[in-house]
Amino acid sequence: MLALAARRIIATVIVMAVVALFVFSLLYLAPGDPAAVIAGDQATPADIARIRQSLGLDRPFFIRFGEWFWRILQGDLGRSIFTGSPVSELIGQRLGPTISLMVLTVAFAVAIAVPAGVFAASKAGTWVDNCFMSLAVFGFSVPVFVIGYVLAYVFALQLEWFPVQGYTALADGVWPWFQSLVLPSITLGCVYMALIARITRASMLEVLQQEYIRTARSKGAAELDILFVHALKNAAVPIITIVGIGIALLIGGAVVTESVFAIPGLGRLTVDAIMRRDYPVIQGVVLLFSFVYVLINLLIDLAYTLLDPRIRY
Amino acid sequence: MSTIEVHSPIDPSKLAVVHPLPDVLEPRKSRRLLIGFFMGHPAIAVGALLLLLMFCIAILSPYLGTMDPTQLATWKRTRPPSAVNWFGTDMLGRDIYSRVLYGARISLVVGFSVAFCASVVGLAVGLVSGMVRWTDGIIMRAIDGMMSVPPILLAITLMALTRGSVGNVVLAITIAEMPRVARLVRGVVLQLREQPFVEAAITAGTNMPLIIIRHVLPNTLAPMTVQATYICASAMIIEAILSFIGAGVPPVTPSWGNIMAEGRSLWQVKPYIVMFPAFFLSLTVLAVNLLGDGLRDALDPRLAKRV
Amino acid sequence: MALLEVEDLQTHFRTPDGINRSVDGVTFSIESGQTLALVGESGCGKSVTAMSILRLIPEPPGKMAGKIRFMGRNLLDLSDKEMRGIRGNDISMIFQEPMNSLNPVLTIGRQIGETLRLHQGLSQKEAEQRAVDMLSRVGIPEPTRRVGEYPHQLSGGMRQRVMIAIALACNPKLLIADEPTTALDVTIQAQILDLVRDLKTDIGAAILLITHDLGVVAEVADRVIVMYAGRKMEEASVPELFANPKHPYTEGLLGAIPRLGSSLRGATARLSEIPGMVPNLKKQIDGCLFSERCYKATDICRKIAPGLEEKAPGHVAACHYASKEMVPA
Repeated sequence: MLALAARRIIATVIVMAVVALFVFSLLYLAPGDPAAVIAGDQATPADIARIRQSLGLDRPFFIRFGEWFWRILQGDLGRSIFTGSPVSELIGQRLGPTISLMVLTVAFAVAIAVPAGVFAASKAGTWVDNCFMSLAVFGFSVPVFVIGYVLAYVFALQLEWFPVQGYTALADGVWPWFQSLVLPSITLGCVYMALIARITRASMLEVLQQEYIRTARSKGAAELDILFVHALKNAAVPIITIVGIGIALLIGGAVVTESVFAIPGLGRLTVDAIMRRDYPVIQGVVLLFSFVYVLINLLIDLAYTLLDPRIRY
Repeated sequence: MSTIEVHSPIDPSKLAVVHPLPDVLEPRKSRRLLIGFFMGHPAIAVGALLLLLMFCIAILSPYLGTMDPTQLATWKRTRPPSAVNWFGTDMLGRDIYSRVLYGARISLVVGFSVAFCASVVGLAVGLVSGMVRWTDGIIMRAIDGMMSVPPILLAITLMALTRGSVGNVVLAITIAEMPRVARLVRGVVLQLREQPFVEAAITAGTNMPLIIIRHVLPNTLAPMTVQATYICASAMIIEAILSFIGAGVPPVTPSWGNIMAEGRSLWQVKPYIVMFPAFFLSLTVLAVNLLGDGLRDALDPRLAKRV
Repeated sequence: MALLEVEDLQTHFRTPDGINRSVDGVTFSIESGQTLALVGESGCGKSVTAMSILRLIPEPPGKMAGKIRFMGRNLLDLSDKEMRGIRGNDISMIFQEPMNSLNPVLTIGRQIGETLRLHQGLSQKEAEQRAVDMLSRVGIPEPTRRVGEYPHQLSGGMRQRVMIAIALACNPKLLIADEPTTALDVTIQAQILDLVRDLKTDIGAAILLITHDLGVVAEVADRVIVMYAGRKMEEASVPELFANPKHPYTEGLLGAIPRLGSSLRGATARLSEIPGMVPNLKKQIDGCLFSERCYKATDICRKIAPGLEEKAPGHVAACHYASKEMVPA
């Protein structure tokens, strides 16, 4: 069991190294010279060359990658070309809103989508099922920012239930924090919910055809017990897997949602950094997002044993 | 004519006869083939119809009462919808109706080009990875790496490296979406390799790549078509997001993402600038997704179960 | 009054290419303490009949009609809640596949205890305790350890014992056993049959045994019904049916049992098979459903479907050509 878990962890480390190489080489190949950007409009070629040397931009690819990677392992993500402050510090400042948004979104989405998928599966082929699944297709199809604007227009501008934009830190009160994140979380969660609801339904449909479900019925178990006790636990592995994989959607969506609702999080940091071609920041953020994503999926893989006694590592 | 009667002669009036019970269920009317197909797959019917409509709009946009979508008219900025400007005008006085109609071209071109390119490249990568053993490890690690960067983030990063143009947008989204297809194709190839007929053919000395390609293509066609429609939908959304945050096609180009990006700062007072392109974009993506769902149910019932 | 009376039971399913009349007008009854066997080839509707009694047929696509009177009450008229009170309590069921019939993610104890908690209002702890008792009663060694294990940790025979423990936990009045030994090794089959028989006498339950194995029928059943294509073809006591089959289909089935002593030598000793296939139940067939495969069939069989008729005392068959003995008027 431990050997297999270890193998899984080693595979994850390799993937992370690949991501690092990938991110590094992408920006290495980037056109546009950061040295020239820093030097400004009036710089002479000599000025640029000097800056280039001081930044270490003139050395060979693999040496630069090696040094960069070694620093990253020590937690040093470099400094922002634009502001000069350490990237880890910039990320640290923006972490709170994004984590809040993500956690709340996952909680919202799972709490709504899983029961929805379960009920749709139990009523497969009926109008309830059709309604839920049509909603899911809509959730897939309407882009994040469109949902964001519609929700903000109706619930913030017209009904004034929630603030239109901005973010209140958790330290400033739980309720204002929650209020400032309700609309962004729903916005961000729509696609994610649709995805989870569909997988839940499909997985449940397969489980509900199994003979042990018939056994449960023959024992006189009530329908809700059958769905949530007998079936859902058996259907859980694909659902949990998609909850993990769907984090990718959330990360992508956060970039947009934070722009729409003016939340000062990592997504905004990414967009700003890309506009300014602030490569160390882009590298840092992409690496961090990928690392978190891969880590969550690793943890989920390792958690399968808790759900299904047949799976052994 | 002379059969020998073995049994004693039977008097039909004295026979015990089953009294048939009426059917419990009402029979359903069968419909004609084409109509029946669409009735059986309403998602395909609705999706195809909507998509056809969008294609008509994209192709016929110059003839649908539009004006030049890039024509600036600063004296009539941000006008609400009226008889002249059906969807109103934007901050630079351009006619939103015209921009939205022309915008259909960008979305459709990006969506379908990405779907096509990602399928072709993914097919090639998947085939190589599945057939040439020593490349499998390297390619799959690379694919794992690419897939652990969220696609939108990857596309944004790639766009940051280049100039905004339709070609670059297509390229960036293709790179972000290709791994999904590659994985699918590789899975099918690996499955096929274990089939007895492939092993038999290999031992018989038949050229392996030939067998694989001959069998992989028909086996992957259905799931790849379905995958391609989903990639098409996803590409349209990513294109809009790229334009929306200013990393997509140049702002002059009338694309739905660009129109929304322009309306962004004014959305609280002039929501219509954002809402018209948003509606069209959502409808188009919905059409493609419906088509994908319908195709999945029709082509690949096994896949349908797995979503 | 019989324990269970099934009258003109019909169970039909809607399929994409027509209505499947899986069970079409079946009538029979079971007395308390009796063992009734339902035999026939696969697809003859015997399992569907069993599932119909517990109302485990999904509606839609299925639909049931007729009467299923259990202790005088028509089960088809009960509410879902009343029906749940009967399932696993008054009528319980064991299934063919012990591999798939137990929930893989719940412990054995939990699955046995569930019935007790549902119908006898026991707490989780009491139920687990009773589960241990049940496990030792069905002959599982080390019940206190087994009760906390999962199905995949048990052998096939053990799992079927667990299924029996679940089914008998509430002392049901009727036990429906759907091919209980088919998926097991021959040696285990005998053990399981013995176990069922012993427990049956212990709690005095009636058994409806669904099987295609006439050897099993001869060993445990009192009466037997032969089903074909959703209809009852013949019914008699076990000794009567084996000694004196009336329906050509039954003759065919009996001919298909390998007999000790008939040996495997020579072509004539081959296990006889009934030629042909079960008819398509989605089509309306006028004559006898078996006529296509019957060596006795004549034109009249293809035109007029034979009804059930008492051919000897307590022995009914649906065949125009079944010889009729003297039935006291």
